[in-house]
Amino acid sequence: MSTSLLLLIIVVIGFIAFFAGRARSFAQSGGKLANLHSLPGYHGSYVVIWATLPAVLVLAAWLIASPFYIDSAVRSALPDSVQSQGAATVQLALGQVKSVALGLDRLSAADIAAIENGSANLRETLAAKGVALAGEGEHYMVAAAQQFNSMRLYSRWLMSAVVLIVSVAGGFYAIRNIAIRFRARNQVERVILASLIVASSIAILTTIGIIGSMLSEAGRFFSMVSPTEFFFGTVWDPRFAAAGNEGASGQFGLLPLLGGTIYIAFVAMLFAVPIGLFAAIYMAEYASPRLRSTAKPLLEVLAGIPTIVYGFFALVTVGPFLRDISTQLNGLITGNYQNFIQAQSVVTAGIVMGIMLIPFVSSLSDDIITQVPRALRDGSLGLGATRSETVKKVILPAALPGIVGALLLTASRAVGETMIVVLAAGVAARMQLNPFEPMTTVTVKIVHQLTGDLEFTSPQTLVAFALGITLFVITLCLNIYALYIVRKYREQYE
Amino acid sequence: MTEIASPTVKVSTRPAESRRDIGIKRRYAAERRFRFYGIIAIVIGLFFLAVLLWSVVSKGYTAFLQTTITLPIEFSEKVIDPKNERATDPKQLMSANYPLLVREALVKQLGLDPKERPLVKQATDMVSASARTQLRDIVVADPSVIGKTIPVTLLAEANIDSAFKGQIDLKVDESKRKVKDQQVAWMNQLADAGALKKSFNTGIFTFGASSRPEAAGVGVALIGSLYMMLIVLVLSLPIGVAASIYLEEFAPKNRLTDLIEVNINNLAAVPSIVYGLLGLAVFINFAGLPRSAALIGGLVLTLMTLPTIIIATRAALKAVPPSIRAAALGLGASKMQTIFHHVLPLAMPGILTGTIIGLAHALGETAPLLLIGMVAFVVDYPGSPLEPSTALPVQIYMWANEAERAFVERTSGAIIILLIFLVFMNLGAILLRRRFERRW
Amino acid sequence: MSEAAVEKALDQKMNTVPYKMIGKDVSVYYGEKRALFDVNLNIRENTVTALIGPSGCGKSTFLRTLNRMNDTIENCRVSGKITLDEDDIYDPSIDVVELRARVGMVFQKPNPFPKSIYDNVSYGPRIHGLARTKAELDETVETSLQKAGLWNEVKDRLHEPGTGLSGGQQQRLCIARAVAVSPEVILMDEPCSALDPIATAKVEELIHELRANFTIVIVTHSMQQAARVSQRTAMFHLGNLVEENDTDKMFTNPDDQRTQDYIMGRFG
Repeated sequence: MSTSLLLLIIVVIGFIAFFAGRARSFAQSGGKLANLHSLPGYHGSYVVIWATLPAVLVLAAWLIASPFYIDSAVRSALPDSVQSQGAATVQLALGQVKSVALGLDRLSAADIAAIENGSANLRETLAAKGVALAGEGEHYMVAAAQQFNSMRLYSRWLMSAVVLIVSVAGGFYAIRNIAIRFRARNQVERVILASLIVASSIAILTTIGIIGSMLSEAGRFFSMVSPTEFFFGTVWDPRFAAAGNEGASGQFGLLPLLGGTIYIAFVAMLFAVPIGLFAAIYMAEYASPRLRSTAKPLLEVLAGIPTIVYGFFALVTVGPFLRDISTQLNGLITGNYQNFIQAQSVVTAGIVMGIMLIPFVSSLSDDIITQVPRALRDGSLGLGATRSETVKKVILPAALPGIVGALLLTASRAVGETMIVVLAAGVAARMQLNPFEPMTTVTVKIVHQLTGDLEFTSPQTLVAFALGITLFVITLCLNIYALYIVRKYREQYE
Repeated sequence: MTEIASPTVKVSTRPAESRRDIGIKRRYAAERRFRFYGIIAIVIGLFFLAVLLWSVVSKGYTAFLQTTITLPIEFSEKVIDPKNERATDPKQLMSANYPLLVREALVKQLGLDPKERPLVKQATDMVSASARTQLRDIVVADPSVIGKTIPVTLLAEANIDSAFKGQIDLKVDESKRKVKDQQVAWMNQLADAGALKKSFNTGIFTFGASSRPEAAGVGVALIGSLYMMLIVLVLSLPIGVAASIYLEEFAPKNRLTDLIEVNINNLAAVPSIVYGLLGLAVFINFAGLPRSAALIGGLVLTLMTLPTIIIATRAALKAVPPSIRAAALGLGASKMQTIFHHVLPLAMPGILTGTIIGLAHALGETAPLLLIGMVAFVVDYPGSPLEPSTALPVQIYMWANEAERAFVERTSGAIIILLIFLVFMNLGAILLRRRFERRW
Repeated sequence: MSEAAVEKALDQKMNTVPYKMIGKDVSVYYGEKRALFDVNLNIRENTVTALIGPSGCGKSTFLRTLNRMNDTIENCRVSGKITLDEDDIYDPSIDVVELRARVGMVFQKPNPFPKSIYDNVSYGPRIHGLARTKAELDETVETSLQKAGLWNEVKDRLHEPGTGLSGGQQQRLCIARAVAVSPEVILMDEPCSALDPIATAKVEELIHELRANFTIVIVTHSMQQAARVSQRTAMFHLGNLVEENDTDKMFTNPDDQRTQDYIMGRFG
C-alpha cells in the first residue's frame, strides 16, 4: 500500500469519524443541544483528531525510522570480506545493493538464477533492463538485494496494518468518550493550541537550523583549513573546486572579501543615507498630503524591485555609463582617452546598491521621525523656531537613536546583498582602496563556490559555509543591536 | 461695566524692543536651502526610479516582437526517410536531416544556385537552428505530411531579428558586424515578398532555456516560479498565521517569547543568501532531496517569507481593538472561539496584504535559488515540483551573463514580465487594503 | 512701560488698560467643520485673561490663532482679523517666526526637549540670535529660570536632561523657555491640567508674577484657577464667545445666563 493511498484512507476514516462523533453527541443530547457541554461539531472534531493524529504520527515515525533499520539489517548481512574493509566500502556496497534491488523487480526468475550460478554478468543484465550500476557488482548482492526488497515489502505491509489499526482504535476510543458533559471543545482547543505552538517554534527551528547546519559544515572546513588562516589570511585563492581534487590546497583568506564587502556597503550608504534621510525629512515635515501620498509609494517602488533587476541595471546601464564618462573626463583633462573607472567596480556596485537602499533609509527614518511627539514640534514652533531649526535642533536629536538603528538595519542589508554585487562588483579578490577598480564580496564568493558541481568534502565548497556563518554573525550583531535601539526608542515615546 | 470695546480705550503701541533683529532673512534663507535639499533628495530618488524603468523598458520592449520567416517547406520523402524505414524504425523520423528541408526551401525562395556553398550557408544562417526541432515535431506529430509542401513559419536567427528591428548599425564596416550585406538584401527581399515579418513573440512566454536567443523563453521558468509560489503560499500562510496567533494572543510574556520575538525580527533581516545555505545543507545534503527541484526552492522561500508574514499578521491582530475581544468573551465564547470567529476575520485584510507582499518578495528572490542548484539549463517543462526546474529571476540572472546582444533584449523582456507580475501583486495588496481598510 | 505705570494701570479700572491684541470676527474652520464663530475678543496689556468654557467650546482653538499655531494643523483656516499692537498678524507681510518670537506659548502637557535644562532655556535665544556672547546667554538662562521660580531648584544641575524633572518643574521649565525669548504675550493652554495641586499652586503664583512684564492669555478648565489668576475672563460655548468681563464681575454677577449656569456647574 503506498503512502499516499494510506493517507487517503486515513482522511476517509477522519470524515467518517467526524460524522460518527457528531451523530453520537446528538443522540446523547436527546435532541436538546443545550444539554451538551460542547457543540456536536466539537465532538466530531474530537473524534477526528483521535482517529487521524496518532495514526499520522505513527506513519511519519515509521517512514523516518524504517530505512535506518533496514539499512543496518542489510549492512550486517553483508559478507565479512566487505565488512572488514571499513565504513566507506560498506556504504558503497549498500548503495549498489539498493540499485540491484531496484532492478531486481524487472528481472525474470531465469535471469536471477543465471546471475546466481555465475553464468550471467549482474551489471550487464541490469543494464539491459535500464538500471545502471556503479561498479561491477558481486554475487552476494543479489541475495542482499532480495533481503532488502522483502524487508521493505514486509515493513510496508506492517506499517499499513499498524497505522490503520491505530487510526480505527483511536476513533473508537474517542467515540466511547463522548458524553453530555464531556468537554470536547476544551480538548479540541488544546490540540489547536499545541499546533499553534508548533507553528511558532518553526521560527526558532529555522534559526537553529541556520546556525547548526552552518556550524557543522564550517567545522568540517576548519578541520582542513585553520581558522587563523581563514580569518586573518590576506589572500583569497581557493584554486579548483572540482570533484576528486581534494588534495589541491588553496588559500582561503577572508580579509580581501570582507574588505570589499565593507567598502561597497560604505559607498552604498554614503550614497543612500543623505538622499534617504533628506527625503524622509521632507516627507515627514514639509510635504503636503498629496505629494506625500504620491511620492512616498513611488519611492517605495524602488524597494519592491527585485535585486536581480538592480544587478542587471548596474551591468548594462550604470557600469558602461561610468566607464564611458570616465573615458571622456580623462580625455578632456589629460588628452588621454583611457577610462579610469572599470565597468565592474566598487562605485558601480555601491551606487546601484545605494539606489536600492534609498527607500529603506527613507521609510524607516520617516517612521522614526513621525514618532517624535507633536508636543516637541509645537514647543519649538511656539518659541518662534523655523521648521528647519525645529528639525535640526529638536526633532533629529530626539530621533537620533531611532535613526541610528534604522541605518544599522540598512547597513546589514547592504552587507548581505548578493545579486547586485554578483553582477556589478567583479570577481577579483583584491585588497585595495581605489573605488574605481573591481573588488569582490563575501556573498559573491559564496555564490561562486557553490555553483556548479558540488563535492561536499572539499574545502573549496565547504568554505562557503564558513563565509556564510561569518556573514550571518555580522548581520546578526547589526540587526540585534539595531532592533534593540529601535525598540528602546519606541518605548520612550509610547 | 458694559463698554467692552469703548472707543476711549487705546490700542497699545508696539514697544521698541519688539523690533529687535532676530535674523529673519538669514534664517529663512537657511530654511529654503534645507527645504531645497529635501526636494532634491526626492527628485534624485524618483529620477533613479525613472532611469531604471526606462533602461529596462527601452531595452526590453522589442523582446515581445519576433521576426519570423514563412517558407513553403517541401517535406520530401527523399530527405526525411530515403529508405522508407519509418514504419519499422521510429528513430528515423527523429534523426532525419530537417535542416536540409529549410535549405532547399530557402534556395528556391531566393533563387540561389545550390552549388554555391558559401552563399547558401549565409542564407541558411538567417533561419534559427531551432527549425530542426520545429520541423521534426511537425513530422512526428503527423507523418502524413511527408511528401506534401506546407508553408511553415520559422524563427529568424537572432542577428537577423536584431537587424530587422533596426538595432544593428548597418553603416559599420561589413566585416565588423554579424549581419552581412547579402543577408540584409535577402532580408529586405523576403520582407517585400511578405515572407519575413515581425509578429508578437509568444515564444518568450512558452519556450524554455536555449543557447539561441531567438528560441529562448521564460515559459519553463514561469512554471518553476509558479510551483514555488504555490508551495510558499500553502505553507507560509497557515504556519505564519498560526505562529502569530500564538505569539500575539496566547504566549505568556517571558524570556522565551521575548527570544522568539527578537529571533523573528532578526530572521526578517537575515541576508537571503543565508537561507540558500540553509536549504543546501539541510534539504539537499542532510535530507537528500533532489537538487534543482522547485520543492526545495519553495521550502527555502517559505522559511524566508515566514518572518515577513508573521510580522504583518501580528500587526494586523494587534490593530483589532480589545473591545471586540471583550465583547465576545463576555458572551461566553472561549478564547479560541473569540480569535477564530472575530479577531482573525477582522485582521484578514491586513494578513492577506502582508502575505501578498511577502510572496512578491519571494517571487523576485534570486540568491538562495542559485545555491540550491536552480541555475540549471532546463529545456522541458517540469512535470512536478520534484523535477529540475528554474525560476524567473534565476532565468534573468542566467541571461544577464550571456554575452550576445540579443540576450540583453531577452533579459530586459524577462524583467518586464517579472515586474508586471510584481505590479499586479502589489496592486492587489493595495486594493485589498483600500477595500477593507477599517479604522477604529 | 515703567514699573510705576504698571502699578498705576493695575490700580485703574480694567477697561482703561490699552489693548495688546484685538480679535475681530475671528472664525476658524477645520476642513468643512466650523470651530469658531465670529469671535470678537480683545486682550488687554499686562493683564491675565482667562478663557473658560466646557470642553470643545473653542477656547484652545482661539488661543492657538493668537500666535498662528493653527498653521501647523492640516486644512485649518482662519478668517477675521487679529492684531498685535497695530499689526494684523494674518497679514502676508507678517512673518510667523517673528510673530511667535513676540507671542510665546506654553502647552497643556509639559514638553521639554530631550536635552539639558540649560539647552532647553537657551534654545529660543540661540535660534533668534538674542545673545551675542556665552556670558550673555548664561545670564538670560539664569534670569529666565529665576522668573520662572525654578532657578534655586535647578542651578546645580543645569546640564542634566530637562526630562528628568518632576511634572511641575518641567512645566515651569517650559515657562522659563518661553520667557527666555522675552515675548510680549505668553499664551498658556491649560498649563496646570497635568500637574498635582502643589505644582499647580506654584505655577499659578508664577503667572501672577509674570503679569508685570508680560501680557498673558490662559486657557483653563478650572473656574477656581480662572478666578485666582486672571483679571479678565472670557467664556466660550460651542464656538461662540458668550461673555467677556472683569473676572470679579464674571464670577459674582455674570451678564449671561449660560455663564451663570456654567459657573454654577450646571454643565461642562
